[in-house]
Amino acid sequence: MIQLYTRRVWANRIGMALSMVAMSLGLIGLMWILWTLFSKGFAALSIDLFTQDTPAPGSEGGGLRNAIVGSGLILLFSMLIATPIGILAGIYLAEYGRVSKFASFTRFMTDIMLSAPSIVIGLFVYALFVATTGGFSGWAGSLALALIAIPVVVRTTENMLKLVPTSLREAAFAVGAPRWQVSLRVTLRAVKSGVVTGVLLAMARITGETAPLLFTALNNQFFSTSMGEPMGNLPVVIYQFALSPYDNWINLAWGGALLIAFLVLAVNIGVRVAFRQKDKR
Amino acid sequence: MSEPSATGEIDLHAKQVAKFRLQDKLFHFTTQLFALVVLAALVGILVSLAIEAWPSLKAFGPQFLWTNVWSVPDDEYGALAAIYGTVVTSVLALLIAVPISFGIAFFLTESCPLWLRRPLGTAIELLAGIPSIVYGIWGLFVFAPLFAEYFQPPLQNLLGDVPVIGGWFSGPPIGIGILTASLVLSMMVIPFIASVMRDVFETVPHVLKESAYGLGCTTWEVMRNIVLPYTRVGVIGGIMLGLGRALGETMAVTFVIGNANRIIPSLFAPGTSIASTLANEFGEADPGLHIASLFALGLVLFVITFIVLAISRWLISRSMGSEGL
Amino acid sequence: MSDQATTNSKEAALLVRNLNFFYGDYKGLKNINMDVARNKVTAFIGPSGCGKSTLLRTFNRMYDLYPGQRAEGEILFNGKNLLDRKQDVNLVRAKIGMVFQKPTPFPMTIYENIAFGVRLYERLSKSAMDDRVEWALKKAALWGEVKDKLQQNGLSLSGGQQQRLCIARAVAVKPDVVLLDEPTSALDPISTAKIEELIYELKNEYTIAIVTHNMQQAARISDFTAFMYLGELIEMGDTDQLFLKPKVKQTEDYITGRFG
Repeated sequence: MIQLYTRRVWANRIGMALSMVAMSLGLIGLMWILWTLFSKGFAALSIDLFTQDTPAPGSEGGGLRNAIVGSGLILLFSMLIATPIGILAGIYLAEYGRVSKFASFTRFMTDIMLSAPSIVIGLFVYALFVATTGGFSGWAGSLALALIAIPVVVRTTENMLKLVPTSLREAAFAVGAPRWQVSLRVTLRAVKSGVVTGVLLAMARITGETAPLLFTALNNQFFSTSMGEPMGNLPVVIYQFALSPYDNWINLAWGGALLIAFLVLAVNIGVRVAFRQKDKR
Repeated sequence: MSEPSATGEIDLHAKQVAKFRLQDKLFHFTTQLFALVVLAALVGILVSLAIEAWPSLKAFGPQFLWTNVWSVPDDEYGALAAIYGTVVTSVLALLIAVPISFGIAFFLTESCPLWLRRPLGTAIELLAGIPSIVYGIWGLFVFAPLFAEYFQPPLQNLLGDVPVIGGWFSGPPIGIGILTASLVLSMMVIPFIASVMRDVFETVPHVLKESAYGLGCTTWEVMRNIVLPYTRVGVIGGIMLGLGRALGETMAVTFVIGNANRIIPSLFAPGTSIASTLANEFGEADPGLHIASLFALGLVLFVITFIVLAISRWLISRSMGSEGL
Repeated sequence: MSDQATTNSKEAALLVRNLNFFYGDYKGLKNINMDVARNKVTAFIGPSGCGKSTLLRTFNRMYDLYPGQRAEGEILFNGKNLLDRKQDVNLVRAKIGMVFQKPTPFPMTIYENIAFGVRLYERLSKSAMDDRVEWALKKAALWGEVKDKLQQNGLSLSGGQQQRLCIARAVAVKPDVVLLDEPTSALDPISTAKIEELIYELKNEYTIAIVTHNMQQAARISDFTAFMYLGELIEMGDTDQLFLKPKVKQTEDYITGRFG
């Protein structure tokens, strides 16, 4: 009896120890990547990074201005496309999802789109847009990123709307309000901050997406704000520069990677902190 | 405080009711239309990839899937090498990631001190938020050189002479290759699998766990005998979700897999995956069979991941309760 | 079934006839017949799950929101069966207001909380709307406490104030009937007393139906009381009479605390 018990206790200790090892491995991975990013990225940080354009192959100096501006524009327009579509589709799922088979089918497909390979979405936009309009462009890039962001916005909006207490919804119906007013003026308003969070997280998600931009926005080594032409952007610049033989380019790639990772992590952490404070209140 | 006249009131109400009905119909229609966008995109992807891939599918037929040739000069294409690389890296990545993810989820739900639960959980979620291109360049510049210097030679010494598996570790220790890609990929999918596992573990009713503890079970025994059986379906769903991610991942793989479009039966050897072939060749592909074959690769990837993700979502929703189909 | 439940039909605001209610296959209400008297307070009591809230929610067809729930029979309101599919449900709800167990202020300012419902069916000028908001808040005995902070969020009020805001919101659209579903069960005794006082005041102008767990409350504020058990209306009558001299054994057992 004592022997059996000792064995069980040891099995437990080993299980716990291994779980701690796994956790540490995860944390070490995170720290390692962050450390690399910061040490290599900071070395590349300078004012030039923001004021100069990407340099020619083999030359010294230069920065990422055209890529930063390009990424900003592409992101802006993709969120302008994805936000209204995602929120309205999310309202549909929350409002009619309980009743209709079509809505649950849509929800299922949205979940699949959430993890669909982003490079395939790039191929799709290439076939649909680039090949038919005759050229790579910032618009094509925005469209591809929007397609990736939409499912994220849809599902967070729906999940947030589902958190609204039924009594609040019923109270709005009880004064005789029609469904669209209940939905837009009461429930959606009650979860405004949650929906904004979803939009921000979707933006963070697409900020670093590289694969779908390769065949849509392509790249542009010159400064351009014209969405109708190929457009420089951080992920593709990082990809091309990191695989190049030039030290200066590799250095700039690290600087770009730090910028992207910083933005993504800042949004992720900011959103969590804001939400925690709301929970406490 | 004005009382509206009786007739005026009824009149206004009737008009108002009709207006509301119309608005509600419009609202239903509009939101549904936007929900359709997602479905349309999905169908659009399938159809457009199939159309673009058609010349290649017609030229090579179903053999495309199991032909080990990828030659731009000869204009002959087969997907086997890319499919092999995709499947091998993903499966290896999962073999590494699943036990670690399970350990993390177990730690976070059962044995972590309460005050640490939130920060550690957040750290794991942050790991999921880091863009894959960062994993890619980290793998290429930091991990691969270390791997070549400190891990590959000892592994070769240890296992190189063992029959059968020895061949898996043959070849020059150059750092990049199938195994490195698998390792970087496993780091990428760990946070996804761990988060799903943690979420399904938390669906286990407290009474159930408490009654097991009440019998004198240890934490590990509760996990093995109560939590795991209870959440089996969801755990498998989480693993499949990770698999879906791994299969379609582009950047983390492209940097470190070596991009050799052939099959070399060693894990140290360079290879390719569907996604990395697309990333490498699509931009400069010649119109005609080459580009059509790349679209065909994309179609294959989409169909495989679609099936894996569909199974995964179905399992997860079944385990988390009434959502989904 | 007591005869008293359906006798005074001329003065009734709601006439319930042969009402059955279903949650899917489960029958939640069994052949209910009763009247809700005009400008009186009618209380519904009974153990949890007896169907009293379900009955209240048929009066404004709140069950419409949930697939699988349906009602059969008649509830006559102004001579029309409000269960009729052709009857517009929003209009019914505008005329039959409801206040819930937990306070449910909308996520907007105090002023907008009240104006929201009024704007749905009336076009008022700014000053007329100001008057209406003031009027409703006075009715709900809340005006003095909030008149200087009408632009603050409704959620910033205390629980009792929030509940009175919800009553003001229901009253503001000038309904005929106000339904109260355990309106004080989430409140402290002082807020509860204020709400009870308010209900007493409001019955001069509105027909009030209230569901309550609290028998003393029913005895204090209602004119008529209905006792329900397992989806059936067991006994209904004058409140004093029902509490002092119940006719049915089950009612007596419940009131004296022998079950429930």
